[in-house]
Amino acid sequence: MGSITILESINRALVDAMEADEAVLILGEDVADPEDGGVLGVTKGLSTRFGDHRVRSTPIAEQAIVGAAIGVSLGGFKPVAEIMLMNFTTVAMDMIVNHAAKLRFMSGGQTNVPIVIRTMTGSGFANGGQHSDYLEAWFAHTAGIKVVAPSNPSDAYGLLRSAIDDPDPVIFIENLPTYFTKGEAPESGHRVPIGKASVVREGSDVTVIAYAKMVQEAAAAVEALASRGISAELIDLRSIAPWDRETVLASVKKTGRAIVVHEAVTPFGAGAEISSVIHENLFHALKAPVQRLGAAFCPVPFSRPLESAFAPDAAAIEAAVGRLLT
Amino acid sequence: MTNRTAPDAATLVAIYRRMALIKANDERSRKVIMTGRLVMPYYSPRGQEVIPSAVSANLNDNDYICTIYRGTHDMLAKGVPLKDLWAELAGRVTGTCKGKGGPMHITHPKSGVMVTTGIVGSSMPIANGLAWSSQLKGDGRVTVAYFGDGASNIGAFHEALNLASVWKLPVVFVCQNNEWGEHTAYEKATSAPRVADRAASYSMPGIRVDGNDVLETYAAARDAVERARSGAGPTLVEAMTYRFHGHIFGDTDAYMDPERKAAAIAADPVPRFREWLIEQGHAAEADLAAMEAAIDAEIDQAIDYALASDFPDVGELSRDVFAAEAA
Repeated sequence: MGSITILESINRALVDAMEADEAVLILGEDVADPEDGGVLGVTKGLSTRFGDHRVRSTPIAEQAIVGAAIGVSLGGFKPVAEIMLMNFTTVAMDMIVNHAAKLRFMSGGQTNVPIVIRTMTGSGFANGGQHSDYLEAWFAHTAGIKVVAPSNPSDAYGLLRSAIDDPDPVIFIENLPTYFTKGEAPESGHRVPIGKASVVREGSDVTVIAYAKMVQEAAAAVEALASRGISAELIDLRSIAPWDRETVLASVKKTGRAIVVHEAVTPFGAGAEISSVIHENLFHALKAPVQRLGAAFCPVPFSRPLESAFAPDAAAIEAAVGRLLT
Repeated sequence: MTNRTAPDAATLVAIYRRMALIKANDERSRKVIMTGRLVMPYYSPRGQEVIPSAVSANLNDNDYICTIYRGTHDMLAKGVPLKDLWAELAGRVTGTCKGKGGPMHITHPKSGVMVTTGIVGSSMPIANGLAWSSQLKGDGRVTVAYFGDGASNIGAFHEALNLASVWKLPVVFVCQNNEWGEHTAYEKATSAPRVADRAASYSMPGIRVDGNDVLETYAAARDAVERARSGAGPTLVEAMTYRFHGHIFGDTDAYMDPERKAAAIAADPVPRFREWLIEQGHAAEADLAAMEAAIDAEIDQAIDYALASDFPDVGELSRDVFAAEAA
């Protein structure tokens, strides 16, 4: 076990980014210290350290939050807007999709929108149908937006620093149930390039592609498979848009089998895109059709046994890989 | 015409020049579409010339505006050059946005036009952010958000006014109440008898003016801009006007009462202000006629320039999506 949680590493990335560049701002619901530095304390200490002009709590008004972030970025700043929960991005979709994503293109490159939208989500905490969805495919489907979803503290730090450096809008997805997962502490200034996956474990029989919390579930599954003599390669995608085709295709070329695992529902999800690209590029190298494993195609349920069965877990991933190999 | 704290003759003539430019540009736009020289979606601002002309007279070149799809008057009044504008309307590479934005998405930072949105209400939340950047930098700039009466019914209006008031942002919300939200009359869509009354909900001044009266609109804009620049916060200005044409070019405007429309056109604010300038001795007829002729020539040149310009290369499809061009 390492020495820092994902939540702490995000806080540290924000501190270091604000320290390094006065143009970095934070806004969102409850983000300043008088409001507890965020509902879970992700932004704790920042307004005290950097002043409430740079770290501003906002009304519960997501269009106003993202609109202000867009405008202040056009004025030369680098805001990190917190949309408390990913489902709340739906309230600000016009600002994100019609404006943040498109202003660079529609202005012919005269303006750009260097904003980060931090947002948390994930099933497993009994928050039900409107507080737990993974909506990354919606954003990945929109030209002009980048989407990242780290699975460990070091990547969370490095991806957030890269997202803040980035000249374009980035959706930074945090997973609520794994906020307190510990891992290796990142070095100050560490960067994870957007669009670069990491090979968590090398293997030769099958490639498991996952991101966010599913990396942790897949790691357990891969461990169990190893004890059965199955050598699985685990790729943590880290960035969903753009995603690292090179690393994924190289791996699947080697193993000949692949499964994409995500917590979002399966139909029209990121797994469909990744699976398609693998088929288009490696059809003749495949030993079996690429599989997708996602959540049940229903709203996130409340009741414990339903919620437990909703998203893939290590056992489901192990079983799905087993089917792929038979 | 009211006459409180009138601006000087040079300012008044400069306001008229903007109005004459907008009117001539609108007439030419419709002609160019009608004769088939250019195909574009066009939302005529005819009848609403006074508002941005009088507002802009209170703005500096580096002040920001965010406007909407019915916005060529706002852009011209703020100083977007005719050639760049026309080339963009024609989808040419010489346009403000290399032809990639089009009439509903003009951006021209050099003249302070930061965003033109095709989404009703969306100018306001972004204007807040620009105003926040000025507040942080202390650069003294003011941001004006233009929108129509219809936009006062959408959530973005209410979210934006609330935030602007809580944060005391240097922004002016200018509602151009032309009595129509697309094809629906104001009173059928709006619960408040006056948009300006809605300012009370957000603890900011709300002032309604005759938006076809130059002096009244100028004075209200001056007060609102001064208030914003001084750090006292936002103002909502509701400027009453009337849209001379249908929502979009080609719309038969059958839903508009012909008598009301005829009365509005008979009271056309552009010739009315022209006459007043001459009557009051602020300008000589010959000088205004020369100015108008020069405007006509400038528009002709801009259209010729636009139509003679190249279209963008299809390679533009992969440029400006992100900072780095996709491989």
